Amino acid sequence: MSAESRRIQRISAHAGPVPGTGTVREEKVAKLIDVTTCIGCRACEIACQEWNDLPFADTVFQNNHQTMPDTSWNLWTLIKMNEVEHEDGTLQWLLRKQGCMHCADPGCLAACPAEGAIVQYENGIVDFDHDKCIGCQYCTIGCPFNVPKFNPATKKVFKCSLCSDRVENGLEPACIKSCPTGCLQFGAKEEMLHVAHKRAEQLRDHFGYENAGVYDPPGVGGTGVIYVLHDVTRPEQYGGLPKDPRVPATIGLWKSPLKWLGNLAMVGGLVGMIAHFFLFGPKTDPGDEESHGTEKPDD
Amino acid sequence: MTNSWNDIANTDVMLIIGANPAENHPCGFKWAIEARRLRNARMIVVDPRFTRTAATADFHVPIRAGSDLAFVGGLIRYAIENNLYAREYVLNYTNASFLVNEDFHCADEGLFSGFDAAKSNYDQTTWNYQPKSGAGTPGHLPENVAADPTLQNTHCVFQLLRQQYSRYTLEMVERITGVPQAKFARVAEEFAGIRRNGDMTRTGTLIYSLGWTHHSIGTQIIRSGAILQLLLGNIGRPGGGVNALRGHANVQGATDLAISWDSLPGYLKPPTAGDDNFATWMKRTTPTPSKPSEWQSMNYWANTPRFAVSLQKALYGPAATAANEWAYDYMPKRPDGRGWWAISEETVKGKVKGAFCFGMNALALAPSVDRTLAALSRLDWLVVCEIFPDETSEFWRAPGITAEQQAKIDTTVYRLPGAGFSEKSGTMVNSSRLLQWRDAATPPLGDARIDLEILAQIFWQVRRLYKTEDGAFPDPILNLSWDYEDPERPSAEELAKELNGRALAPVTEGGSTLPAGSQLPGFAWLRDDGSTACGCWIYCGSWPEGGALTKRRGTEDPSGMGIHPNWAWSWPMNRRNLYNRASCDPQGKPWDPGRAPVWWDESAGRWKGHDVPDFMVTSAPKEHMGPFIMANEGVGRLFAPLPSLVDGPFPEHYEPIESLVENALHPAVPTNPLGKKVETSFDKFGTAAEGYTAVAFTMRLTETYHFWTKNNPANVQLVPEPFAEINEQMARELGIDGGDFIRISSARGAHICKAMVTKRLPALQVNGKHVYQVGIPFSWGFRGIAEDAGRTSRTLVNLITPTSYDANTRTPEYKTFLVKVEKVDKL
Repeated sequence: MSAESRRIQRISAHAGPVPGTGTVREEKVAKLIDVTTCIGCRACEIACQEWNDLPFADTVFQNNHQTMPDTSWNLWTLIKMNEVEHEDGTLQWLLRKQGCMHCADPGCLAACPAEGAIVQYENGIVDFDHDKCIGCQYCTIGCPFNVPKFNPATKKVFKCSLCSDRVENGLEPACIKSCPTGCLQFGAKEEMLHVAHKRAEQLRDHFGYENAGVYDPPGVGGTGVIYVLHDVTRPEQYGGLPKDPRVPATIGLWKSPLKWLGNLAMVGGLVGMIAHFFLFGPKTDPGDEESHGTEKPDD
Repeated sequence: MTNSWNDIANTDVMLIIGANPAENHPCGFKWAIEARRLRNARMIVVDPRFTRTAATADFHVPIRAGSDLAFVGGLIRYAIENNLYAREYVLNYTNASFLVNEDFHCADEGLFSGFDAAKSNYDQTTWNYQPKSGAGTPGHLPENVAADPTLQNTHCVFQLLRQQYSRYTLEMVERITGVPQAKFARVAEEFAGIRRNGDMTRTGTLIYSLGWTHHSIGTQIIRSGAILQLLLGNIGRPGGGVNALRGHANVQGATDLAISWDSLPGYLKPPTAGDDNFATWMKRTTPTPSKPSEWQSMNYWANTPRFAVSLQKALYGPAATAANEWAYDYMPKRPDGRGWWAISEETVKGKVKGAFCFGMNALALAPSVDRTLAALSRLDWLVVCEIFPDETSEFWRAPGITAEQQAKIDTTVYRLPGAGFSEKSGTMVNSSRLLQWRDAATPPLGDARIDLEILAQIFWQVRRLYKTEDGAFPDPILNLSWDYEDPERPSAEELAKELNGRALAPVTEGGSTLPAGSQLPGFAWLRDDGSTACGCWIYCGSWPEGGALTKRRGTEDPSGMGIHPNWAWSWPMNRRNLYNRASCDPQGKPWDPGRAPVWWDESAGRWKGHDVPDFMVTSAPKEHMGPFIMANEGVGRLFAPLPSLVDGPFPEHYEPIESLVENALHPAVPTNPLGKKVETSFDKFGTAAEGYTAVAFTMRLTETYHFWTKNNPANVQLVPEPFAEINEQMARELGIDGGDFIRISSARGAHICKAMVTKRLPALQVNGKHVYQVGIPFSWGFRGIAEDAGRTSRTLVNLITPTSYDANTRTPEYKTFLVKVEKVDKL
């Protein structure tokens, strides 16, 4: 994949045509996560941190093999592990890699008020430009998957970039490279969908998973990360994968016909903040003193 | 492995028992996943815990730790009684038809014939075949064995096997293992059912690991797996086999090169005190054929003297001569039964003055921390070579040692910084017996040096001291062959070439002659007249004159079966699947034409194939040469005669040394009568009556690598603290919540960790008892990032593991012992 693949398709908070939009459309890319062949080895978690130079955290035992309750600003991907007991007494240990879904209609991007802080490349990757991030955390509200995570020390929001830097240079994302079983695959979205549907069919026909299917939710226009699930009718059991994710309606409203109202509200908020400052003095962050090292996760 | 990692992708059904490859061999496990993706292969996981392997399987069968042999015994019975055994294979490729001594009896009452209660040992005279004529020589296998091809004779191996396992009924399996009959039957049908209606095309693989070896009957559990696979006709076939997952990355290489007390390089049997000279040693350890006269047996171990002489020439060069019996006197003659127990016991008694621990954390690994501490404290000196400061090199700081006790320890510890695996070149040997060369990725950090250099320099100093100051027995040291370009820094290449072997004089084989000095192309060239030197006969052929085959990286696979003949090199002679002659029927035609590694080519008059035939290539099928060329019989041993194993020619279920239940098969003989149970002041064993009412076993985690990874922030992030897995119901009864500190105690000591309360470790009903099990990861200690920071418990798990051992190998029984679990308020 060439540098062309980073050609920008959409950017946050920008009215009018996207600067640099070309006529060449690179094919959409996708990461396929076949949950049925994930062994929860967590190599992807570490590979992601190492490639992206994210610090390791001091963690505590959480009564499970998952250890970290959720992704965080320095942990962009995490295997969610859930013990699910079915009515017939059988047990499943569901292992699902959680991370940014790279939505075709990204709620984070829609919600972002900082111009160019969130970009969507023509290959579908949704990326954050931290130089432009203002730390408002609106993206965390816009995301239906609860993915972007705020680092209180740097006042920036972070998430998986699908290794856009590696992809630009013709490499697969770091998580894909580290996966020992091939549960993670990467390629053109169309091709990944083909592989995923074939696998789901195999799971239905040969392994008794009647509801096996592909998770590529239409509510966000489809995603650049797709799952094969043993039971696509119950995505929630895989550690809270939403059944029908949608960008919050308020974000849509705010961004289009009612944007002027939002701007007005923002100005109102600003007025309120100034008033608050004069009435009660500056707001202090209780975490400020400890978090200067930026080595701690936000949870 | 009889087969290879890649070959797992060729299977139709996997029985994964006593192993947890998804967690402990995640890279190799890709082949299991491939089998499922490409062939819709079934996967059965038998394990006390619902592991991450089980998470990808069709069936998880929770089993009581320590009862695997009864489970496999039940499968053997199921296959026989339901006519699911591969009759033609069994008849021609195993010793099923061989007649056994009429005085032999099975272990119906718990003991095989010949038990000597006074010596706690077996007289194995009756564990022998009947000679076709005459009386035979006691203690020796007959050359001509009487056989009954109808398999009806009550003394034939097949009928004895049927009798031996007739007791392992569905009901008995349930009573011993805790696996409900219906579930067992379903799994048995999945695995043995591949032979329904005489279908020979399908194959099943058996995958095991330390979950089978760490028992007082460990060797016999593995034997039971081999018997099952022989019965089902699965050995020698693509997608079949008995596949031991070896520790990574080089445990296979370590065993190939004699890390075990009971072998020399290439699995030669070492001399013992009774072997007066080279000839008696060779006579005792060189097998002779034993088979029905109309069959052929290649009996490849007949070449033992060629391997042994070549080894001596590699070790001692010109100092090993025919006149001095190839320097036989230089070789240590081992007493019986070494291993952890003997080493620590003799050290405690003061017989051992100094010790080297290279890449091996003895304090954390050996059974009984207390005994190891006592042993290390008695040493004058201890040299530890590691990449991190480990528990062994700081043993005096173990939790519980008082300042007063510390003051009494006089051991001088020398800690040498070794190089890590990515800092040195050389080969690693994986479970597939594949020798893969890799180059160092980076030079060693700081003062660290590769251990080869460290050892060479120590040797050089020792030799200098012997030269200048003499010593008790200088010859082996002074005459050791040390023919390296830089004697203080031998290269990995030089060693690899030495292991391969070379001609010392012109050698002729198969019509061609190699001049002296040539690297040998294979072990067929080895000689017992001193004209060849070879450090490890099974590696011969890995580095011929043309260069290192271990460095090859050809990815072509004409077979389509993952054989990849030009990728590195596997012993022996690049064979990927052992015993592959058995992939064909007696006429030489593949059982499954779709998966044919080798076949007989009648017009060419030889065996051909994608894999290297593991056979005499010119032996036509009509000669009936057995495919198991390393056995005296040429065929697979359903019955293991004479001293193959000390505790029985058939595997029999015995309870672990510490057990909650009586032996349902024979309460009078509960445990392995030959299982080593050591009873000194350090060796204590507990009972349920004393409150040790839960079954515990040790385990490993995908996130840790031995004891190293507690020094790496990434791994510490993933698994920050020691824990043990316990059942939800048990936790409720004990008032334990997930994340609480618990004390797990045995008769030997206590281990503190946190509780992981889970559904994945179900309680079982075993012989009327409600059994809870506790899984304890093995990878923590008192030295690491979190340990040094005081954030975690610092006890070693083998404070509580038992000092009982497998009867044959002396492997400690880490996979079943009794504990009690209590909540503790704080560390």
